[in-house]
Amino acid sequence: MKAGPDQSVVSVAARNAAPSSARADAAVAVEVHDVTVAYHRKPVLWDVDICIPAERLVAIVGPNGAGKSTLLKAILGLVPVASGTVSIFGRPLREVRKLVGYVPQRESVDWDFPIDALGVVLMGSYGRLGWFRWPGRTEHARAIECLSRVGMADFAARQIGQLSGGQQQRVFLARALMQDARLYLMDEPFAGVDAATEQAIVEVLRQLRSVGKTVVTVHHDLQSVEAYFDHVVLMNTRLIAAGPMNEVFTNANLQRTYGGRLTLLDEAAEAVKRAAP
Amino acid sequence: MPDHRNTLDTFLADLARLLSLQDANTRTVLLGVAALGLAAGVVGCFATLRRRALLGDAIAHAALPGICAAFFLVGSRSFAAFMLGALVFGALAAATVAAIRAWTRVKEDAAIAIVIGSYFGLGVVWSSLIQNRPEGAVAGLDGFIFGKAASMVASDARSILIVAVIVVGIVLLLYKELKALTFDREFAQTQGWPTVALDLLVMALICACTVAGLPAVGVVLVVALLIIPGAAARCWTDRLGTMLLLAGLIGLSAAVMGAALSATLPSPTGSASRGWPTGPLIVLCAAAAFMLSAIFAPGRGLISRLRAGRVEMKAP
Repeated sequence: MKAGPDQSVVSVAARNAAPSSARADAAVAVEVHDVTVAYHRKPVLWDVDICIPAERLVAIVGPNGAGKSTLLKAILGLVPVASGTVSIFGRPLREVRKLVGYVPQRESVDWDFPIDALGVVLMGSYGRLGWFRWPGRTEHARAIECLSRVGMADFAARQIGQLSGGQQQRVFLARALMQDARLYLMDEPFAGVDAATEQAIVEVLRQLRSVGKTVVTVHHDLQSVEAYFDHVVLMNTRLIAAGPMNEVFTNANLQRTYGGRLTLLDEAAEAVKRAAP
Repeated sequence: MPDHRNTLDTFLADLARLLSLQDANTRTVLLGVAALGLAAGVVGCFATLRRRALLGDAIAHAALPGICAAFFLVGSRSFAAFMLGALVFGALAAATVAAIRAWTRVKEDAAIAIVIGSYFGLGVVWSSLIQNRPEGAVAGLDGFIFGKAASMVASDARSILIVAVIVVGIVLLLYKELKALTFDREFAQTQGWPTVALDLLVMALICACTVAGLPAVGVVLVVALLIIPGAAARCWTDRLGTMLLLAGLIGLSAAVMGAALSATLPSPTGSASRGWPTGPLIVLCAAAAFMLSAIFAPGRGLISRLRAGRVEMKAP
C-alpha cells in the first residue's frame, strides 16, 4: 500500500517543492541543544543536538526505545531535561506555547471520558481563550471546520470512545489544527490507523506545509518515510543523522540507527533499494 | 387499626410541616444538606472521572485526624481551622499512598486500604482523647463519624452554603481547564497550565465538601455523597457539562429526600429521641438513584445494553 507508483511521484514532487538548497537560509523551527533525558538514571536521550528547519515535514525515525517520543516530550517540556536547552523559533518554550500544537500517542487519553469529538476539537481553542473564558460561537464554527478538514464532521456528536482508532486519531489531528499553531508535534499519528485515515492525515500534513507550517512526526514505518516527509532525524538514544531526506536517509545511516537488529535492517535495506533508482 | 391510622396521620402532618418549611430547625437542616448534596455531587464527578474515587475515600477519612489536630491547636470549633486540618491530613494521606506504592511492593488498592484504616483509627483515638477533656464537648466531634444532621445549627448550614457556592463557582470558572486536565493531562501540560496546582485545587474542593459534610453525614459516609451522584449521572449522558448538572441535582435531591425521611418517618423505637439516622438515609437515597440509573438509563443502562446485545454477563 505504500510503494505504489503514484507515491514515488508524490515523493519526487515533494522534494521538488521543497528543495533543501533553496531554503538553506530558512528559519529554524526547533533547536535542540545538547539535550540529555534520563528515566531512573538510565539515559533515554543522550546529548542530542538537532536543528529542525521551518516549513518542512520532518520524520523522527529510530528503533523502539530509541527515545523518539521522549524527544517530542522534551521539546514540549513534558519531561524534565537533565541537561541542555530547547528553543522554538529562537525562543524558549514558555514564550511560544501558543505556536505549538501536539498530537499525543493514543494511549495517553481516557477514552471513556464524557466528551464528544467536537468537544475534543474545541479544546484546541482553550490556549488562546485564556483562563476562565468559555469557547463561543466562533470557536464552535471553527471546530466544525477543523473536523471537516479531517473528514470527521459527521461524527461531531459521537462520544470519543465510540470512534475507531483511525477516527480518534483524526479527531486529535483536528484539535491540533484548531490550535492554529506554527509548529506541530505528532507522536506516531499513523500507528494502527486504516488506509483512509493514513491518506487523510498525509493530505492534511501537506496542506500544513503549503501554508508554511512545520510538522515533526515520530514515524516508524520505514517504507513510507520517503514518500511522506522531506526531512528526517535518525536516532537511537543518540542522534545518528539529521537532514534533508535524500542526503540522510541512506543505507549506511539506517544500519547505524538500527544496528544489529536484523529484521529491521532488512526492512531498511529494502526501503533504501526501492528509493534508490 | 386506630394505631396505624394515627401513625400515618402524624407522618402526613410531619411531612406537611416539613414541606411548608415553617420550622426553623427543619429549614436549617434541609438547606444545609441540599447545598452539601449539590456541591459534593458536582465535585465528586472529577474524582470519579479520574478514577480517584478510592483516594477520595482516603482523603475523607483523613479529615477526622486532621480536624482533631486542628482542635488540639485552636481549642475551639472553627470551620476554617477544621478545613485546614482536613486539607493537610488529606494531602498527607495521598502522599502516604504514593510513598507506599513507591517504596514497597504493595499495590495501590492495598495501599489505599492501609491508609484509610490507619488514618481513621488515628482520628477515632484522637477524638476520644478530645472528648475526655473538659472542653471536648464543644468540639462536637462525636457526631463527625456518622454525622448528626438533626443537631445541625444555623452556623453549620451557613458554612455549608458558603462552601457550596465557592466550590460550584470554582468548578464553573475553571470548567474547561478541569475538563482538559481530567481528559488529557499531557494536553493540559502543553498549554503551560499549572497541572499540579490544579490537582491540589481539586483535592482542596473535595476536602472542603468533606469537612462541610461531616456534621450531616459523617466521615464514613461523606465519600458516598461525592461518588454516587456522579456515577449515577454518568449513566444518562456522554457530556461532561450535563453530567455535572445531573450529579448536582441527584446529590441535592438525595440529600433533601434523606433528610425529609429521617425527619418524618415514624421513629423505629417509638421514642422521639432516637429517630432515623439522617446521613445513612441520604446515602441510601443516592444509592437508589444510582441503581435506577444503572438499570434504566437509555444507552448506558443495563436494560438498554442488554437489548442492544452489548453486554455479556461476566461472572463477578
